[in-house]
Amino acid sequence: MERSVNYGGNDLNLEATELRLGLPGSDEHEKQSYPSVRISNKRASPEVAEESSSLSNSNVSDARNGDQDSAPPAKAQVVGWPPIRSYRRNSFQQKKTEADGAGAGAGMYVKVSMDGAPYLRKVDLKVYKSYPMLLKALENLFKLTIGEYSEREGYNGSEFAPTYEDKDGDWMLVGDVPWDMFISTCKRLRIMKGLEAKGLGCL
Amino acid sequence: MSKDDDRSPPLDLRGADIAESSSKTRNCVTGSGHVTGMNPMEFQAPYPDQVLENVLENVLQFLTSRRDRNAASLVCKSWCRVEALTRSELFIGNCYSVSPKRATARFSRVRAVAIKGRPRFADFNLMPPEWGAHFKPWVAALGSAYPWLEKVYLKRMSVTDEDLKHLAEYFPSFKELVLVCCDGFGTRGLAVIAKKCRQLRVLDLIESEVADSDMDWIGEFPESGITCLESLIFDCVESPINFEALERLVVRSPSLKKLRLNRFVSIGQLYRLMVRAPQLTHLGTGSFSLAEGVAHGDQEPDYESAFAACKSLVCLSGFREIATDYLSAIYAVCANLTSLNLSYANINAEQLKTVIFHCHKLQTFWVLDTICDEGLQAAAATCKDLRELRVFPIDAREDSEGPVSEVGLQAISEGCRKLQSILYFCQHMTNAAVIAMSNNCPDLEVFRLCIMGRHRPDHLTGQPMDEGFGAIVKNCKKLTRLAVSGLLTDQAFSYIGRYGKLVRTLSVAFAGNSDRGLKYVLEGCPRLQKLEIRDSPFGDEALRSGLHHYYNMRFLWMSSCSLSPQGCREIARALPRLVVEVIKDEAEVNRGECEEHIDDAFDILYMYRSLEGPRDDAPHFVQEHSKQKQGIGLSNIVLLIIYPSMKRWRFGLEELEVQNGEFTKFSSMPPVEKQELAFTREKKKNLVCLF
Repeated sequence: MERSVNYGGNDLNLEATELRLGLPGSDEHEKQSYPSVRISNKRASPEVAEESSSLSNSNVSDARNGDQDSAPPAKAQVVGWPPIRSYRRNSFQQKKTEADGAGAGAGMYVKVSMDGAPYLRKVDLKVYKSYPMLLKALENLFKLTIGEYSEREGYNGSEFAPTYEDKDGDWMLVGDVPWDMFISTCKRLRIMKGLEAKGLGCL
Repeated sequence: MSKDDDRSPPLDLRGADIAESSSKTRNCVTGSGHVTGMNPMEFQAPYPDQVLENVLENVLQFLTSRRDRNAASLVCKSWCRVEALTRSELFIGNCYSVSPKRATARFSRVRAVAIKGRPRFADFNLMPPEWGAHFKPWVAALGSAYPWLEKVYLKRMSVTDEDLKHLAEYFPSFKELVLVCCDGFGTRGLAVIAKKCRQLRVLDLIESEVADSDMDWIGEFPESGITCLESLIFDCVESPINFEALERLVVRSPSLKKLRLNRFVSIGQLYRLMVRAPQLTHLGTGSFSLAEGVAHGDQEPDYESAFAACKSLVCLSGFREIATDYLSAIYAVCANLTSLNLSYANINAEQLKTVIFHCHKLQTFWVLDTICDEGLQAAAATCKDLRELRVFPIDAREDSEGPVSEVGLQAISEGCRKLQSILYFCQHMTNAAVIAMSNNCPDLEVFRLCIMGRHRPDHLTGQPMDEGFGAIVKNCKKLTRLAVSGLLTDQAFSYIGRYGKLVRTLSVAFAGNSDRGLKYVLEGCPRLQKLEIRDSPFGDEALRSGLHHYYNMRFLWMSSCSLSPQGCREIARALPRLVVEVIKDEAEVNRGECEEHIDDAFDILYMYRSLEGPRDDAPHFVQEHSKQKQGIGLSNIVLLIIYPSMKRWRFGLEELEVQNGEFTKFSSMPPVEKQELAFTREKKKNLVCLF
């Protein structure tokens, strides 16, 4: 009686006692030395039903090459297949993660210092989708009021001004550039206070 | 390995001279290839062979093809000698097939060297990394043998910074360095090359792994004066470069024709380079997007005009991180392009169409499958002169979407009748489309189809892909390279063996039913040179069927097949000049996947012909089954040869080295007078007299 059997892993014994049909040549394959068995173990096996050829209507795909016809539609990737050099493969995976903005992954934590505060805080910029949200969070964090942003006058209505250090090492006023550009260039935040803050606002 | 034929040309009438000349040609080649042994007591007439050799030398200079040269060198000993003197380009297809010492001993006037190392499957992580193919022993030998060396081309070799340093030091006339798929070196090594090689014309790094040693290697090029630089290719270097230094370099390099930038060069920087180098013929555009933090639309340079100014541009590549808005900048050059590489550009069919529409002269086209069948149809409609097409997958997995299929292949076959080479990755294929291509493109020399799902049949009929590949080998009479995939039975291999008479390179993966498959190929393909097989059910019996042919091949690779250690040993015993390497994938063993851990179990068989026997730099995971060196009691035999000459007996001493039970080395010494024969005790012991 033919049966389809799921060979999970290394059940060589089952294979030996299994009754099934196969093409000529498949039997001698069974008798071969260990390497073949060992080899078939390590490969993820293809899905059975769809991929079986029309050679036989049995469930045995072993006829082909001694591969296990095991069940878990193993989507496990095989080493070196498809034959693409890792350089090429990696260049797209990298872009994919960049495109996702690493949003799915770890957050984007930056240090926040405030003039006069004894220690720094850290915020995850990914959590905030816009400036108002970020500023609100900063206000909550440091128990202060930052005020309204205006392009011309910076932050009016308080003695604090949120600034950030960008990739070039320059200190910029938070809010000038689009949000997406901000989170990709911001390295750390600093809430300026007092005269310095005012100075910035006057520029 | 030349046949010994020392006879002078029969036209010569001077009897005495015949004897003289034959003995003189007997004064054979010493290690360095020089003809020696003009006995001062003989009359030094220009003997016929000498004249012939002079003529030969002048004629053979013009022979450039190495196959022709190899054939010429087999004619007779003097042709072999003269050919060796006139060969200026040395090509070593497998760095382990011959030792540096032997190669440099035979060819004394070499100016350019090309060496290939690892087998191709090593690129796909199938070989453990420390396997070998080191450039080091070569650089030392080349340094002493060819101080005038100008060009070095290496493929799949391990090159260290130290090796690069030696290259720069040993060769004052060094002009060209091309490293393809190499590794082991970094920017530090490049810095030395840039700094010391004052005559450098070509520095090409292609798909190589370059470690970031945090060195500004571009800045190491001489800061002042005109350079001779003609080609600078570094698109594979994965670390930032000093752009200002590069800009200055380009300005000082009026001969620069080929420039391929890496992805750390932004489009703004590209612009600055292009306006300074409108003479470029080959351009790799770098990232083709804005630098980080730069906003779109701020006072952007006129990219279109920069491209338009490059009137000689014929080859365009790069686009590593393309911002598709800028694609239109290249329209101006498309009409002249013969080569376009968009294989790193994630663009869709619409975006491609805008470009390809202009590319009437395109002969080489590399692209990502994101353009879909529709994009391929557009290419087929315009690029009537296309010779080479490569379609790469953006998502290289077995179960991914597969935007291209038999539809695209069919379209290409109908539109591009002059196609010579194709590499096509897809998820689904049909026999019909492959058969169509075999009929429409009779000039095909390279057919590499990779159906990414293993064992996948024709997705419309459910049949194996045998008939498709069969048609390719049958109809494409010029086919020399073939890579197969999909569901394949032994029948496919029967076709290959029957019709693939010119096939030199064959790649097989997850295919075949039984030993018969491999047998068909080994028995049927007389030109087969490189055979790489993975995960196919071919065993010892099949391996045996190739015994008659393995010496004619560069290598055979079989991994995850059905071979046994005994089978490999048998081959090694039968063919002593074959190095049979058996490699265990230790990662597998360590992972403990195999419950029955058998010491003998192995993963990879890699065998190749070699004059040197098992290599001495093999790492621990490589087991050599090559015939072991067998002592026969004598390691050196000295032949005392006494042969008659017109006036006196002449003596020659020939020293033979015994290795593997066979005589291998054969170095002659100049003839000596009887009184001068001086033997060390060692040599006396091994003296054999021959009359």
